[in-house]
Amino acid sequence: MIAIIDYGVGNLASVRNMIKKAGGKAKISSDPEVLASAEKLILPGVGAFGVGMANLRERGLDTLIKERAAAGVKILGICLGAQLLTDYSEENDCEGLGLIPAKTIRFDVADQGLKVPHMGWNNIQVSQSDHPLLQNIQANPRYYFVHSYYMKCDDQADELCSCDYGHSFSAGIAKGHVAGMQFHPEKSHVVGLKVMGNFLSW
Amino acid sequence: MLKRRIIPCLDIDQGRVVKGVNFKGIREVGDHIELAKRYENEGADELVFLDISATVERRKTRTQLVNRVAKELSIPFTVGGGIATVNEAKEVIDNGADKVGVNSAAVRNPLLVTQIAERLGAQCVVLSLDIAETNSGYRLAVKGGRELTNIDALEFIANAESLGAGELLLTSIGKDGTRSGFDIKLLREAGVRTKLPIIASGGAGVIEHFTEVYQQTKVTAALAASIFHNQEISINQLKESCKRQDIPVRSL
Repeated sequence: MIAIIDYGVGNLASVRNMIKKAGGKAKISSDPEVLASAEKLILPGVGAFGVGMANLRERGLDTLIKERAAAGVKILGICLGAQLLTDYSEENDCEGLGLIPAKTIRFDVADQGLKVPHMGWNNIQVSQSDHPLLQNIQANPRYYFVHSYYMKCDDQADELCSCDYGHSFSAGIAKGHVAGMQFHPEKSHVVGLKVMGNFLSW
Repeated sequence: MLKRRIIPCLDIDQGRVVKGVNFKGIREVGDHIELAKRYENEGADELVFLDISATVERRKTRTQLVNRVAKELSIPFTVGGGIATVNEAKEVIDNGADKVGVNSAAVRNPLLVTQIAERLGAQCVVLSLDIAETNSGYRLAVKGGRELTNIDALEFIANAESLGAGELLLTSIGKDGTRSGFDIKLLREAGVRTKLPIIASGGAGVIEHFTEVYQQTKVTAALAASIFHNQEISINQLKESCKRQDIPVRSL
């Protein structure tokens, strides 16, 4: 069973629906017992980094996620959930879970006439085509993004795929069995379904 | 490259899709789930559902609608229509919508936008404004465009980002239902006053109206209803035309 971590932010029903479409089963829960017994975890979320971290801590879920990561459970973060896996975010000047060596940085692209948030459909470039999460993904697929901050890996080797908005940024990152996607696979139609399917068989 | 978005809009009255001409003379066009799925498969980038039913059961029917749509769709969708409180907005998001559209209530009480943004994040707040051009400039209208206010539309737009809106959906009342093209002048005026993404609405009649609004204004999306519902133009055709004119759009 896959557990979708409910920590009071964002649209969890869509993630569950997409898992179902990909042929899997997922449970939305904030119950530490349910989450601790899950084979895989998804950390979704939209909204502010500081609120997300505070909500995780309040429920004791920050420790739980770190413990499950140490136990080898596969974890996928989506959007804010992905950013929370990094060491630090400029948003609210806040420390993250530190499971992937990366930082979350504010988009500074106004001088290029670009709007923040980066909202809408954009192409990604796959950096690691052999990664299990990116199997059988068509060339330059388009995914749905909504974010004002982006992730930057300390080590370029941890980048799975990138996207361009004013400059290149990491659209997907991974360290071992912990991965984060800045885009929303659950909102990205058939190409999103593919990533969810890959997560099921990861 | 970020794509320009094409957004079909479904006006819903008690579970049925309807479409008005100039906000009057409402006409029924079909089942909303069936239509939504068709648009998703044709390449719609997002969908907007406007619940125009004004019954006491509204909240319940809206929740059912959002639930069903969320189960069927795998592209982002916005739900609006009569949302007047933070709790109603939360209900819509909790049931699976990505964004909530606020209109009349936010015009009367702009703090509603701030409260929803604080609770649910600015990215999910679509401030939807119905705008009429008058002798004394652009004015906001409320109640589905039926009631004109004294509020200066462009000033309101300039303040939208600081209020907490994540996106603007601007409907030109004079253009809506006329099929004579988007309100380029209004959209340009709006574009210089805000950094927020703008969805153009009202007036789409032919494919050229879309390419025109993308080329002549900075809007990031364009919305239409009847021309899609009546299958006068397909989203696929529309996107092919955009590509031929080097307008970046998403292909399937």
